[in-house]
Amino acid sequence: MSSKTDVLTKGAILTGSRGRGIPDSDYESSNILNEVVSLVKDNAASYMMYFALIVIMLVFQVWTEGKFFTAQNISNLFNQAAYVAVLAIGMTIILILRHIDLSCGYVAGLSGAVAAILMEKMGMNVWMSMFIVLAMGLAIGLYQGALVTKIGIPAFITTLAGMFIFRGLLTRSLAGTGTIIVTDPTFKAMCQGFIPDFPNNNTGVHIVTMIIAVIAVVIFNAFKIRSRMNREKYGFPVASLPIFIAGKVVVSAVILFAAWMLAINKGIPISACIVAVILGAYAFMLSKTKLGRHIYGIGGNDQAAELSGVDVKKVTMFAFCSMSVLAAIAGFLYTSRLSSATPTAGLAFEMDAIASSYIGGTAVSGGVGKVTNAIIGTFVIMSLTNGMNLMSIDISYQYIVKGIIFIIAVAFDVKSKKK
Amino acid sequence: MNEDYILEMRNITKEFPSVKALDNVNFKVKRGEIHCLVGENGAGKSTLMKVLSGVWKYGTYTGDIVYNGQVQQFRSIADSEAKGIAIIYQELALFPELSVYENIFLGHEIMNGHAIDWNETIVKSKEYLDKVRLSVDPSAKVKTLNTGKQQLVEIAKALSKNCNLLIFDEPTSSLNEDDSQNLLNIMRELKAQGITCIMISHKLREVTAIADTITVLRDGSTICSLDAKTDDISESNIIKNMVGRTIDDIYPKRLEKNISDVIFEVRNLSAEDRATGRQILKNVSFNVHKGEIIGLQGLMGAGRTECALAVFGNPYKYKITSGEVFMNGEKVNFKNPKQAIKNGLAYVSEDRKGNGLVLIQDVKYNTTISNLDELIRFVSIDGNKEIGTAEGYKKEMNIKTPTVATKINTLSGGNQQKVQISKWLFSHPKVLILDEPTRGIDVGAKYEIYTIMNSLVKQGMSIIMISSELPEVLGMSDRLYVMSEGQITGELPIEEATEEKVMAMAINA
Repeated sequence: MSSKTDVLTKGAILTGSRGRGIPDSDYESSNILNEVVSLVKDNAASYMMYFALIVIMLVFQVWTEGKFFTAQNISNLFNQAAYVAVLAIGMTIILILRHIDLSCGYVAGLSGAVAAILMEKMGMNVWMSMFIVLAMGLAIGLYQGALVTKIGIPAFITTLAGMFIFRGLLTRSLAGTGTIIVTDPTFKAMCQGFIPDFPNNNTGVHIVTMIIAVIAVVIFNAFKIRSRMNREKYGFPVASLPIFIAGKVVVSAVILFAAWMLAINKGIPISACIVAVILGAYAFMLSKTKLGRHIYGIGGNDQAAELSGVDVKKVTMFAFCSMSVLAAIAGFLYTSRLSSATPTAGLAFEMDAIASSYIGGTAVSGGVGKVTNAIIGTFVIMSLTNGMNLMSIDISYQYIVKGIIFIIAVAFDVKSKKK
Repeated sequence: MNEDYILEMRNITKEFPSVKALDNVNFKVKRGEIHCLVGENGAGKSTLMKVLSGVWKYGTYTGDIVYNGQVQQFRSIADSEAKGIAIIYQELALFPELSVYENIFLGHEIMNGHAIDWNETIVKSKEYLDKVRLSVDPSAKVKTLNTGKQQLVEIAKALSKNCNLLIFDEPTSSLNEDDSQNLLNIMRELKAQGITCIMISHKLREVTAIADTITVLRDGSTICSLDAKTDDISESNIIKNMVGRTIDDIYPKRLEKNISDVIFEVRNLSAEDRATGRQILKNVSFNVHKGEIIGLQGLMGAGRTECALAVFGNPYKYKITSGEVFMNGEKVNFKNPKQAIKNGLAYVSEDRKGNGLVLIQDVKYNTTISNLDELIRFVSIDGNKEIGTAEGYKKEMNIKTPTVATKINTLSGGNQQKVQISKWLFSHPKVLILDEPTRGIDVGAKYEIYTIMNSLVKQGMSIIMISSELPEVLGMSDRLYVMSEGQITGELPIEEATEEKVMAMAINA
């Protein structure tokens, strides 16, 4: 299994980046090959998700006879994945802390329903409605966080109970009306709309989207170069220059390709912007702030963290509050995409979120995990959903396939950590 | 004279990666006697018993175990038990939620076909409970019994396996006086029934009262074997054999001492363990001056770590029943470690891996975690400043690591310890508590840590050093307190402290 992966991933990196056109002396190329091999070996688990994503997308491209990589479908994939991505961000923090939240799916479902009731049945302003539902999410987070930190009930139990409660509340809240159709244009735009373009653009390509993509690529590479120079200055290990460049070229190409697919459709979906903002904030928080350090510390060794002056309960409380507030946002996105709040919303959302996070390399034993990688995990899971939907595969098989991919990813992660 | 030895351990040597725990130990036990094994912490008593019981299996040590006249090759506890050797551990190995009879026969259930014969089990268990003079309902859950009775259940369990060599590891350390006396009487009765007992103990009064033979271990070697009938088994003679070392020059001298006012003081601190209700600290009072190193000596389990943690924000939530803490003359009450750290207290844990370091993180992470506030620029952590800080300590403490971005679990014990100390220095403490600062690290790193300690007190810091190693405490402290069973049993200026005096205080309570 692993040797096969090595070869295939190696191929992907080399052909994707350098191509076959650049001649190298045998010595140099074998050196680079060795580095690639050891890089892959050392980081097998973290490359696994990229590898899986590429394979899944390509397989679906073939099986659907080219329907996967169409402008329309890529745009659709972004909208489909948005609510899971938001949940996966919150879930990653919970999982780093070695907790779990099973209730987040129905918190999302309930949030969508309450927002719909406030807007459609009570005629409330869309912003006010969303504000109230976010506050409700916060209250749910405080309630579950308090059970975990103050009373000491394991998160699994607390949120399992929450799953019952919020599912019941969701069903009850829609009992009189059944599915509520959402008509508010602002609310619907969240997961159906696109960012505006320049007026009078007749090129058929969304110019603003491409500008944003180019800026994103420039900023991304500038950051990576600066960070590399910094690491070199302090003598930290860095990948050799060709591999570094190859990696950045691949990422830049992927960004530009995705942007192009969106640009020839209707541009960047607003849902993607919402996810990007949340992702940026959480990635910054985890890597650059005191709170982030404390989260990794508690996940790695809670006793050492406590003795180092970390307020373990407060941080845990934050994680549950953030999870439930994000669940409320996920509920908005899901409801917005369907233009309706239904009693079945929320079913198995938490499964997709947890799977995304683990596929994205969050350690089963806690203390390790990145929200950016959790998003890659989300794309793995949602590409499966999207591709299988395109092929009209029955939902029962979809669950089985997702389960198998999920357990392979985790098994791979656990095994590579044992080495 | 032809003596009948049930057990002879010949030339046993057991090495760990960094240390030789047993060095050519010879240990002979006569059939039907009570044989006591004494020595300081780390002398090798427990290791020797682990070799005997198969925890360190055949092949991981050199030398021979001759039991009942045959050389044995135990590969597991099950092997040694099958031959009739059982250990009664310090930490009881019972299942609190199971009944007494279930515990006694766990692992060798009485079967009736393929099902367990519970009636027979209950009848049999009564028999064994009678042998240890324990009159409890066999169907009572073990957790409802006190520690003394639980210990008797454990002995009953060993007897039910037809063991004829029982090893007691510190059997009375967690018992009160009555239960201890009772246990010693039971041991005498077992002896009368022909069962051989080996007892590891720090309590010399009990040892001299009960032993037929006493073997003293020191630094992994057998020092002497004393016969109760013919040799001098006075406590003072035993202590002399236990310590009997001279302090050489492994402790750097402090040339100028600059000790001024009291900076930190604890008065009448008492605390209980919430779960068991056991008193862990009794009226503990001590103080430390600015620029002073005090030693907090005592044997393992004397309550030193608990004392340190109780004042360091009490993270394990002991029930504090009395006591006051003063910092710079002001009364303080730290609700959590965070407050203690803010007010200038730091605690270097004895358990680096358990609660000292976040092992999956790198050197710079572990160096800065206790004081991230100092690295914050606007809202985020300044990466360059973080690296600079870690690099600074790397140089100052001579931490051997490829870079500060190296994962800490790849470093040696001594270097990990230096990172742990760096972490606390970065929180700029006034009082630094070092709990077993040199445990498990090599001599070179030890010397470096002692040098660092000296330079810190020179800069006006105060250090409380908790250590089980007598020579270390005597070599480094300006003044020392001795603890035993949760109490301070003595305070000595360094000039008056001798190993014998301190050991006597540490053992007597």
